[in-house]
Amino acid sequence: MMLLLPELAMLTFSVFFLFRSLVDRKETAFFWARVWALAALILSLAGVSAEGKLFYGAYQVDLFSQIFKVLLSAGFCLVIFMFGSQEEIEGAYLPEFFMFLSFSTLGLMMMASAVELISIVISLEVSSFSLYAIVPLRRSQTRQQLEASVKYLFFGAVSTGIMLYGMGYLYGVAGSTFLADILPVFPDFVFQPVGILALTLTMIGFFFKLSLFPMHFWAPDIYEGSANSTTTFIATVPKIAAVALLIRITMLAPAPPPQLVAILISLAALSMTAGNLAGLVQKDVKRLLAYSGIAHAGYMILGIISLNSGGGAASIYYIAIYLFMNLGAFYVVILLSKGGDNVMVDDLSGLSKRSPLLALTLALSAFSLAGIPPTGGFTGKLFLFVSAFKEGYLGIVIIGAVNTVISIFYYLNLVRISYSMDAGARPPVTLLFHEKALCCALIVMILYMGLLPFGLMDLFGRAF
Amino acid sequence: MEKYLIMNPLDFPILTTVIFVPLAGIALILLMKQERTIKIAALITSIVTLLFSLLLYAHFDPRTPLFQFGESLAWIPRYQIHYTLGVDGITILLIVLTALITPACVLCSWTAITDRVKEFMVCILLMETAMIGVFCSLDFILFYIFWEAMLIPMYLLIAVWGGPQRDYASIKFFIYTLFGSVFLLVAIIALYLVNGTFSIPEAMFRNYPFPFQVWVFLAFAIAFAIKVPMFPFHTWLPAAHTEAPTAGSVLLASILLKMGTYGFLRFALPITPAASFAFAPYIVALSVIAIVYGGFVCLGQTDMKKLIAYSSVAHMGFVTLGIFTFTALGFEGAMLQMINHGVTTGALFLCVGIVYERTHSREIYDNAGLGKIMPVYVGFFGLFAVSSFGFPGTNNFVGELYVLVSTFAWNSAAGFLAVAGAVLAAAYMLRLLKAITWGREDKRPLQDLNLREVVTLLPLGILVLWVGLFPRPFVRVMESTLGHLLRQLQGFSH
Repeated sequence: MMLLLPELAMLTFSVFFLFRSLVDRKETAFFWARVWALAALILSLAGVSAEGKLFYGAYQVDLFSQIFKVLLSAGFCLVIFMFGSQEEIEGAYLPEFFMFLSFSTLGLMMMASAVELISIVISLEVSSFSLYAIVPLRRSQTRQQLEASVKYLFFGAVSTGIMLYGMGYLYGVAGSTFLADILPVFPDFVFQPVGILALTLTMIGFFFKLSLFPMHFWAPDIYEGSANSTTTFIATVPKIAAVALLIRITMLAPAPPPQLVAILISLAALSMTAGNLAGLVQKDVKRLLAYSGIAHAGYMILGIISLNSGGGAASIYYIAIYLFMNLGAFYVVILLSKGGDNVMVDDLSGLSKRSPLLALTLALSAFSLAGIPPTGGFTGKLFLFVSAFKEGYLGIVIIGAVNTVISIFYYLNLVRISYSMDAGARPPVTLLFHEKALCCALIVMILYMGLLPFGLMDLFGRAF
Repeated sequence: MEKYLIMNPLDFPILTTVIFVPLAGIALILLMKQERTIKIAALITSIVTLLFSLLLYAHFDPRTPLFQFGESLAWIPRYQIHYTLGVDGITILLIVLTALITPACVLCSWTAITDRVKEFMVCILLMETAMIGVFCSLDFILFYIFWEAMLIPMYLLIAVWGGPQRDYASIKFFIYTLFGSVFLLVAIIALYLVNGTFSIPEAMFRNYPFPFQVWVFLAFAIAFAIKVPMFPFHTWLPAAHTEAPTAGSVLLASILLKMGTYGFLRFALPITPAASFAFAPYIVALSVIAIVYGGFVCLGQTDMKKLIAYSSVAHMGFVTLGIFTFTALGFEGAMLQMINHGVTTGALFLCVGIVYERTHSREIYDNAGLGKIMPVYVGFFGLFAVSSFGFPGTNNFVGELYVLVSTFAWNSAAGFLAVAGAVLAAAYMLRLLKAITWGREDKRPLQDLNLREVVTLLPLGILVLWVGLFPRPFVRVMESTLGHLLRQLQGFSH
């Protein structure tokens, strides 16, 4: 019971809203969602030191999984607090929206703990199916969101199929679906083509969640098509769980086989470069952030290939700071479009005059995404670079460094437009108290993780 | 730790204080509403910082080559990153210069900046924290954070309060500098993996294998050459200098350009000595090209700010020339030139800013013939202009002389070209000065300097003459550190 505290909190949350969707009282939905989300975050924090195994060893609760659950519920909680506009989603579907959102988070939490192939698939699908359902829930722009949801469904289904195919090989070779049983026989076949094939195909499913090249094609269209708050969720929270699983799978081998590393490095390099180059020409802020997310997926891989040199802790640190800086950028999008429409880059004009706090939030998030000190994005990248360099992957470190320069063009463009363009006829943005507080909290987190990383880093290091 | 760091003898952490007084000032300013109080608060903050830096100077012991006023705290122990600060003969004058220039920047923006005064002052003070931090850091990561933290406020200074082409200039500045810095970061990580620590002094004189030194040197050289800026990486400089508001140009010219040459002295030489010797001929060649090229480009300028910006390229050529001739005179001349250029060029930009406030033009013709209209102004301008081309009795004369003597000892062809460049400097500066003083006959209703402007320029004017006539106190401070550096380097020249 205590072991499943975060999961149970999420489950209660979604069941609560399942019942609320039956009664016809929408006005208090936001209030209850926020209270529950906060309670879930507190419960996840309370359960951080839990340890144990459940369901015949298929479900492992340890510091590693609990850290990810805290991150997941923190992301979930922030998204719930950011989502405050009645205009984005049909009021009638509001309870369902909350229900699916929390159900998806539940699946992601299960992913962090699952150490058996079948439970991995089930938790992945629990989170994916909930998301398929909420992508079309958007009030305006009917055509786009339908296209987005269909694309998302197809891509998700195909990548799940590929993943299952890879898992079939894993089972065939090892004779067991438990990661703990695969581990001992793994060194024997990992250097054979079948081992590489099995691992790579299995990882495809997580690459999809992480939107890593070549499984990234869905991201820009779906970001553009779904509601701002939905995008905020899809763009950040599932990636946390994907990183958790990638680390678990890669930890199977004592040292990752060179062929697999070569594949991962090429994918990381392509992902960074493709994401950043495509980001340069984007007009829609959400599309731009989608490509930025593809590039960041590449950075995340740097930690995963260097698990023996502290890359694991660096990866967790990076996904944690990614959560905050990405949410910072998306929050600006949400607040700028009270009507729930998409925000173009030009709509940011004169933001520093229309709302200084919002402009500052955007600027710090953008600089952090680009990796400029003293923001957390820099510190995270530094840790990743150090780990990858320690393992001898100089090439990818240099590609990553050069990519920082490429990406600054479009991140800086966001700052440039909000600081040096004229506002024109665009109205000032007024923020409510809790919106201001949330902006400040994100700013504080970005700077805190940039300047004082030692406590969190030690905690993440202990998870391995 | 003890072998290179003398712990702070004072009973409070003075370096931390100098670095973070501006930040404390920012915290106060953020609470204020009235523009006037904000300006006064910013001025007081920068003056308090100056006083602390003078206290630092007063307690500085010039006899030891080690780092003084040391502070060290574990920061990210997992990666051996420390919060280590220290000051030696190379940095002490640069810190005082930074603390001296910042009040001038606040004063010169008193009436020039009317839009978003609060944000402006916050940016200036943020710059001060970052700049002093760069000079004090003895840990690579701490250094890198301060180094990059300068980018954001400087970018904003140009992008928000800059001239008509501020958009282009600020982006170019940001991306150019960032491009150099990422290679610096890779080099830092490489050194960390070899040494097991991010400590800067620990990385010095370690006899790394030559190929490793070459790669690290090249990474350093790209980062620092862009910052200096050395020919051919100088193209961001005229745009940024010209479009920045006066305070921004002054900060860029006086302090930011010194970051590059400071980097060469602090990192490239001690960490990669063999590679520095190997690449010295190329650096010297580029420096000489910068001196001559900068001089010729200046001759053709009609925009005062652009002219002074290009003259910076030439002047910084003298600094890199001095560093890469590897003599005691060359080092001291380079250090002196870093200070002198900071004082003189900073003051010239202040002068342009003052006249721009009155005529709203940077064209030489629009500001010509001020000799009778603004005599005090022309007096100051004349002093800084003749000092800029190294007139005997002014500060640049001493520094350039040191560098030229050192260059002739090294290679007489380079020496001749540098002398030619110095003559060019006289040509373009006198041409500018002539136009400003006598260029036009017509009377215009322009106010001469007011008290605030005189107070802004006066300390810099005194420094120009002081260094020019009696440079000994300034040389004495740096002698021991530079001599130590040279002796260490000679151990590596075979």
